[in-house]
Amino acid sequence: MKQSDLQTLLDEPACDHNRKAKSGCSRPRPGSAAGGCALDGAQIALLPIADVAHIVHGPIACAGASWDNRGTRSSGPDLYRTGMTTDLSEQDIIMGRSEKRLFHAIGQAVRDHAPGAVFVYNTCVPALIGDDVEAVCKAAQRHFATPVVPVDSAGFYGTKNLGNRIAGEAMVKHVVGTREPDPKPEAPPGITLHDVNLIGEYNIAGEFWHVLPLLDELGLRVLCTLSGDARYREVQTMHRARVNMMVCSKAMLNVARKLQARFGTPWFEGSFYGITDTSQALRDFARLLDDPDLTARAEALIRREEARIHELLAPWRSRLQGKRVLLYTGGVKSWSVVSALQDLGMTVVATGTKKSTEEDKARIREIMGEDTRMIDDGSPRALLDTVRDYRADILIAGGRNMYTALKARIPFLDINQEREFGYAGYEGMLELVRQLALTLESPVWEQVRRPAPWATAAVGRPLLNPEVGHG
Amino acid sequence: MVEILKRRKALAVDPLKASQPLGAALAFLGIHRAMPMLHGSQGCTAFGKVFFVRHFREPIPLQTSAMDQVSAVMGADDNVVEGLRTIAGKSRPALIGLASTGLSETQGTDIFRIVREFREQHPEFEDTAVVAVDTPDFSGCLESGYAATVTALLDQLVPTPAMAGTHPGHRPRQVNVLAGSSLTPGDTEVLKDLTESFGLRPVLIPDLGDSLDGRLTGEDFSPVTVGGTPLGEFATLGDALATIVVGPSLYRAADLLHQRTGVPDHRLDHLMGLEAVDRLMLLLSQLSGQPVPERQERERARLQDAMVDTHFMIGQTRVAMALDPDQLLGFSRFLAGMGAGTVTAVAPARGPALADVAVDTVQLGDLEDLRLGARQSRAQLLIGNSHALASARQLGIPLLRAGFPQYDLMGGYQRAWIGYRAGREILFELANLMLHEGHHEIPTHRSPYAQKRHEAHHVPATSSATGH
Repeated sequence: MKQSDLQTLLDEPACDHNRKAKSGCSRPRPGSAAGGCALDGAQIALLPIADVAHIVHGPIACAGASWDNRGTRSSGPDLYRTGMTTDLSEQDIIMGRSEKRLFHAIGQAVRDHAPGAVFVYNTCVPALIGDDVEAVCKAAQRHFATPVVPVDSAGFYGTKNLGNRIAGEAMVKHVVGTREPDPKPEAPPGITLHDVNLIGEYNIAGEFWHVLPLLDELGLRVLCTLSGDARYREVQTMHRARVNMMVCSKAMLNVARKLQARFGTPWFEGSFYGITDTSQALRDFARLLDDPDLTARAEALIRREEARIHELLAPWRSRLQGKRVLLYTGGVKSWSVVSALQDLGMTVVATGTKKSTEEDKARIREIMGEDTRMIDDGSPRALLDTVRDYRADILIAGGRNMYTALKARIPFLDINQEREFGYAGYEGMLELVRQLALTLESPVWEQVRRPAPWATAAVGRPLLNPEVGHG
Repeated sequence: MVEILKRRKALAVDPLKASQPLGAALAFLGIHRAMPMLHGSQGCTAFGKVFFVRHFREPIPLQTSAMDQVSAVMGADDNVVEGLRTIAGKSRPALIGLASTGLSETQGTDIFRIVREFREQHPEFEDTAVVAVDTPDFSGCLESGYAATVTALLDQLVPTPAMAGTHPGHRPRQVNVLAGSSLTPGDTEVLKDLTESFGLRPVLIPDLGDSLDGRLTGEDFSPVTVGGTPLGEFATLGDALATIVVGPSLYRAADLLHQRTGVPDHRLDHLMGLEAVDRLMLLLSQLSGQPVPERQERERARLQDAMVDTHFMIGQTRVAMALDPDQLLGFSRFLAGMGAGTVTAVAPARGPALADVAVDTVQLGDLEDLRLGARQSRAQLLIGNSHALASARQLGIPLLRAGFPQYDLMGGYQRAWIGYRAGREILFELANLMLHEGHHEIPTHRSPYAQKRHEAHHVPATSSATGH
């Protein structure tokens, strides 16, 4: 990818980072970089498209350590979980055989798996030796009569965040708009079906299935979720949506923006974490679709669901009330999860803002008050110090920080993409409280914090009658 | 206070109970060069033998007085004398363990009198010890039969200090260990190693880890047990520094040993999990005057790490278990320490441990009770013997095998449950069971409007179908 193309990607007008002195995404710093590369970001963004053969073109380190480690779920095909890579050898690279190998790899994937499409993720080594991945893809598409989409995502282009954008860009450039949607199915009498997209929803642990029934009920046809439980043929039709929702992520903002620019689709940012935010998202759909009947039905649904879930949450609320939380996560999630925790009567004492925009931070202040501690330094030491200084009862963060917390004997909740539990929607709140209570109320903490009994007992000479009670 | 619900059905369905005579046989099998003999019909022994052979995958010495229908009516005392004479003459065991059965008890046999008669009639076998115990299978279960047998062994083999000149602490490194039936051969091995690591000399009564640990021996055949507590050790128990008792089922036996010898005892309900093992280590440290070995400190820290790592999977898991009372106590307490709850507990019979099981109620019953209880309480995990597998399958939840018998699991008999290291292994196993078999997925929702609504949905896990 050319430097100028990268610059264009880094310049995201819809992102508040652009308005600060340093434009675009921060660059990784040698010696203190944390987090994934552009390939990581591109894969994460697109891997959930379930019927696609995802081929990582490069030597083994790229795919070998990263395939099949996402918590995303599919309602149908599971081709996305099959790891595929060209696994380039020294000979391939020296002798310039990597392009040929890629071509045959695509052929093999098409022959053996009949995928909806093939995505080819470029990596550092082929980018360095100058493989023309785009040309190979074009030739392969013709030759194997299957869509082949190049995703030029060499790791050295930049961070994971950039990789997300590269992925979004590839979809907008090569896939969206290449097919018209299926004809609208019958809707129940009196209900007008509206077509919508969700961008940045990954169906982690199947959590979107807590939300989708509500959208069905309201008569919202989801043309595509980019990319949880998506199919290639759904991505193709994204241009026909009447509203796009950016779910909980700045990462693919460029998709929403470009769809608006090219097709005039309005979009909004929202989240399905927490009762307040879930209701708000449903209202925003109704508002942008400008359908009074939908608005009325959405309000009725919100009333019903909120009443139902509040009743189910009541017994948990007393157990979690007043518990102090340190939330450390990137970007939008910092405010969206805050609202979910506050819905439960918990106190968020500090939150991570390393990846948050100015807008995110403003929103955090609005929700949590002016004196909220915002943590920019995500080092394990800083996190643990904050837990101690702010007397937090629990650390909520991504899986990467899990063992930092556990080694320090601190209760922990994983909210990142590898997790096994779905927290989205009203129903997801029940799982969230279960998991919160599970770790907060676990008796293991007391046992692992207490010193061994002999650390305090006098040991030195034999006793005939030691004081040991019955087990 | 634990409420104990009595059996309320006429029919036992998928029985959980293993009989008292089996418990007696098991305890005798932990004595070196022993031969248990059940006083009953041939079948009492044959079934028991198969039961233990399948569980331990070892030849099991077990004999019978072979009552027939004539002796059942007319008196079978001669069968016992003849049986004792035959075994003593042919196999030259150090000990013959004579256990009664439901049949002989119903008949009203006084096996102690028969042993006296045998002694009078056959002075030539005075070197062969005979220990008799009443273990009718119409009461109790394996655990109580085992406990009664340990009591009988102590009662009939431990001399008074006046007779033997023993006094507590005369052997300052010796620790007697009364090992309850909840301990496997693997467990007794752990217990011995731990005790020895403090420079103490453990004498286990009985020592199943020495006799039924499953090893090839030099002899190609032995009619009696190979390994186990040497009979001579019973005379030394009165010289020990202390006695450690594991499992409430043996507290009565401990009372007897204490009264007989004056050796102070220390009673541990169970040895599963951090706190229980901590108590043992503290006790051993205090008895020996030695610090807890570095090695054990390390194992302890590892267990703690595993507790923290696995609490996500194990915490708040609803567990149903069917085990003998001592095991119910150990497992329920161990799991409670991890934040998991025992929602259904079934015991085959009463036992002193039941009062302290970490549950509200214990049902005396069978595997059907386990199944019904587990379903009603929405249990997510079963703990029980191999027979419980069918129940686990019906309920669609994983099974952790424990107790008797385990005929479908290689090495089950040998598994250690106690100590820091085993604690960690159990946690890993439980966490894996919950991860792989117990995880509750969010049900797939298929939108009636979605563009994928025409997909075929029967996609096998490794399929490459695209469904278009």
